[in-house]
Amino acid sequence: MPKESFILVGVNHKTTPVEIREKIALSSGYEQPLRQLAQIPGCKECYLLSTCNRVEVLVVGSAGQELEERLITFLFGADAPASTWREYVYVHTGSEAVQHLFTVAASLDSLVVGEAQILGQLKEAYRYATEIGTAGPLLNRLLHKSFSVAKRIRTETGIGSSAVSISSAAVELARKIFGDLQDKHVMLVGAGEMAELAAQHLVGQGVVSVTVVNRTFTRAVDLAQRFNGHAVSFDELLTQLEKVDIIISSTGAPNVILHKDQVKPVMRARRNKPLFFIDIAVPRDLDPALNDLENIYLYDIDDLSQVVEMNRSERDREALKAGRIVEEETMKFDRWLDGMELTPTIQDLRGKADEICRIELEKTLSRMSSLSDKERKSVEKMAAAISSRILHGPLQYLKSGSCGEHDMTQVKIETVRNVFGLDRNGTE
Amino acid sequence: MKELSYLIFQAVLGTTFLSCVLYLVFFVSQNGKVRRVARMILILSGVLQTLYITTRLLLAGYTPITSAHEAVVFFAWATTVAYVSFRWRYTVKNFGTFVSWLIMLLLVAAALASREILPLKPVLQSWWLPVHASVSLFAYAFFSLAFCGALMYLLQERELKRKTFGYWYARLPSLDALDQLNSHCVAAGFVFMTVGIVTGSLWTKQAWGTYWQWHPKEIWSMVTWILYLVMIHQRFTAGWRGKRAAVMAIAGFATLLFTLLGVMYPLGGV
Repeated sequence: MPKESFILVGVNHKTTPVEIREKIALSSGYEQPLRQLAQIPGCKECYLLSTCNRVEVLVVGSAGQELEERLITFLFGADAPASTWREYVYVHTGSEAVQHLFTVAASLDSLVVGEAQILGQLKEAYRYATEIGTAGPLLNRLLHKSFSVAKRIRTETGIGSSAVSISSAAVELARKIFGDLQDKHVMLVGAGEMAELAAQHLVGQGVVSVTVVNRTFTRAVDLAQRFNGHAVSFDELLTQLEKVDIIISSTGAPNVILHKDQVKPVMRARRNKPLFFIDIAVPRDLDPALNDLENIYLYDIDDLSQVVEMNRSERDREALKAGRIVEEETMKFDRWLDGMELTPTIQDLRGKADEICRIELEKTLSRMSSLSDKERKSVEKMAAAISSRILHGPLQYLKSGSCGEHDMTQVKIETVRNVFGLDRNGTE
Repeated sequence: MKELSYLIFQAVLGTTFLSCVLYLVFFVSQNGKVRRVARMILILSGVLQTLYITTRLLLAGYTPITSAHEAVVFFAWATTVAYVSFRWRYTVKNFGTFVSWLIMLLLVAAALASREILPLKPVLQSWWLPVHASVSLFAYAFFSLAFCGALMYLLQERELKRKTFGYWYARLPSLDALDQLNSHCVAAGFVFMTVGIVTGSLWTKQAWGTYWQWHPKEIWSMVTWILYLVMIHQRFTAGWRGKRAAVMAIAGFATLLFTLLGVMYPLGGV
C-alpha cells in the first residue's frame, strides 16, 4: 500500500478561464459536496474550498493516478473523462500540497495579493469540514497550521498593507486624503466595470453611500441597486458634487465632461471640504486643471498606475519574504508529519523510555557504590523490563489493525504521541 | 543647588537629543519598538524639565519665567506637556518626530541664552506673573504643535498634488488628520492666549496703573492674537481649511516667535 499523503486538486483564476470554472458542478453550500467527497474510495480525510476565484479539494489518502482522477471527476462531473480537464487543474501531493495551502491561506495566490478575505473563506470551509466530520487529525493539524502561517506572514511582512491594484490604489489615496472613509460619500459617473470594482473596494472600507450618474438612467439604477445607493440623472452632476467626497469617473465621453470653472463655485458651497476625483476613463473625463484648485485632488489612470507600480516593488520584496516563511513552515510541518507514521512513533516511544531508564539508572547507581557488577546488571535489567512492560500496552494498541471500516491508525498515533508527550518539533 | 540645577539642564538637553534621534530612527525605519522608547525618553525629558524649573524657582524665589532663558525653557516644557497630553487623547502618525525636534531647537536656544538669575523689579512682583506667563506660554505651546502639524500638512499635500509619492507620502498621516490637528491646537492655543492677554493687562494695571500702554510687546501680541482670531473665524464661516489653514498656522507661529524672541527680550524683557 503506498504511503498516505495529502492530495490537493483545484482550479484557480490563474490556471483556468472563467468559462471552465463555471462548469465545476458544485451545488450550493459545502455540506452536500463534502459528504459526496467523503464517499470517494481511498479518501480518508477531506476538505473543500470554494470561492469565486478558486475551487480546491484537499484529501488525505494514498496518492496515485486513480484517486486524482476520481477527484477531478468529482469537480467536473462524469460527463467527460477526467483527462479532458487535466490541463486546467493543478494537482499537488505531499509537501507540495502543504506548501500550496499555506500559500493560499497567506493570500499569496490571490487575484489581489495580500487581501484578507481568503483566510475567512478558508476558515469557513474548514468549519464545515469539521462539522460534517470529514477532517481528521492530519487535516486538523494542517489547517490550523495554515491559519497560523497566514497570521505570521501578515504580522511579519507588509504583504497585507500595500495596495496592489488600481482600485486599492484609489482606496489608499482616499485614505491619505480623508483618513477615515466611514462618513464619506462616493459618486460613480458612468457605469464601467473598473469604476464598479473601485466602488466595491470603497464600500468595503465603509463609505456611507454610493450615488450613480449615467447617461442611460436604467443602467444607473441597476448599478445603484447593487450598492444600495441611488441613481441620479446626468443633469444633476454638479449639484451632486456638493454632497459627495469621492468621484470615480469612467464614461465613454469623447470630451471632458467637467471643467475647472464649473467645479470652482462648488468648492465654495462645500465650504472647501476636499474632493477626490478619480478619472479612469480613456480619453479623460475630467479637466486636468482641476488638480490646481485648492482641496481638490485629481488622479487619472496613469497616476493610479504609478501608485500601483510604487507598491509593486515593495510588494515583491514582501512576497519574497512571505514565500520564505511558507517554505520554512512547510518544512516544519513535514517533520511533524513524518512523526505521525507508525514506525517513527514506535521508535520515539521506545527511545523515550530508554532515555528515562538511562537517566534514572545513572542517578540511582551513582549513589550505590557498594553494588557488585552482577547486582548492577540485574538492576539495569529490571529497569528495562519495567519500561518494556509499560510500553507493551501502548505498542499493542498502535499495532492493532483497523477496527471496523475506519482506519484509526492516525487517531491512535495522535493519541499515543499526546499521552506520552512525543512531540518532535514545530508544536507550539 | 546651582550646580545641581546646571546639571539637570544638561541632562534635559541630553535626554531630549536622544529622544529626537530615536524619533528620527523611527521615522526612517518605522519600527514601533523604537517609537515606544523614544516616547518614554521624551516623557523622561519632560520630568527633568519640570525638575529644572523647580530648582530655578527655589534659587530665584519667584516663578522663573522672566529671563529669555527661563521663558524659552518654560516654552519647551509647555510644548512637551501639551504634546504628551495631546498624544494621550489621540495619535497622529509620526507627529512626535516633528515635535521632538522643535522642543530640541527651543532647548538649544535656551542653552545659548544667558542663564544668569536676574533680580526681579519689585514693581513686577505679583502673583499675576506666574499666571500670565505660564498661560501665555501654554498658548505658544499649542500654536507650536499646530505649526508642526501645518508643516506636515504642506509636505503631504505637496506629495499628493504632485503625485510624486516620495519619502514623505508613506510616512505622513492623512491630510484630514493633520487638518483636524491644526484646528484643535489652534483653538486650544487661542483660549490660552486670550486668558494670557487678559491677565497680562490686569498685571500691567497693577504695576503701572493702566491696562494698555502701547508697548511693542503688547502690540505684537495683539497682532498674533488677531491673526489666530481671523484664522479661526474663517474656518468657521468660510471653511478655510487645509493648505490655507496650514499656511496661516505657520505665519502665526512666525509672528509669535518674533514677538517672543524679537520684541520681548531685546527690549529688556517683561
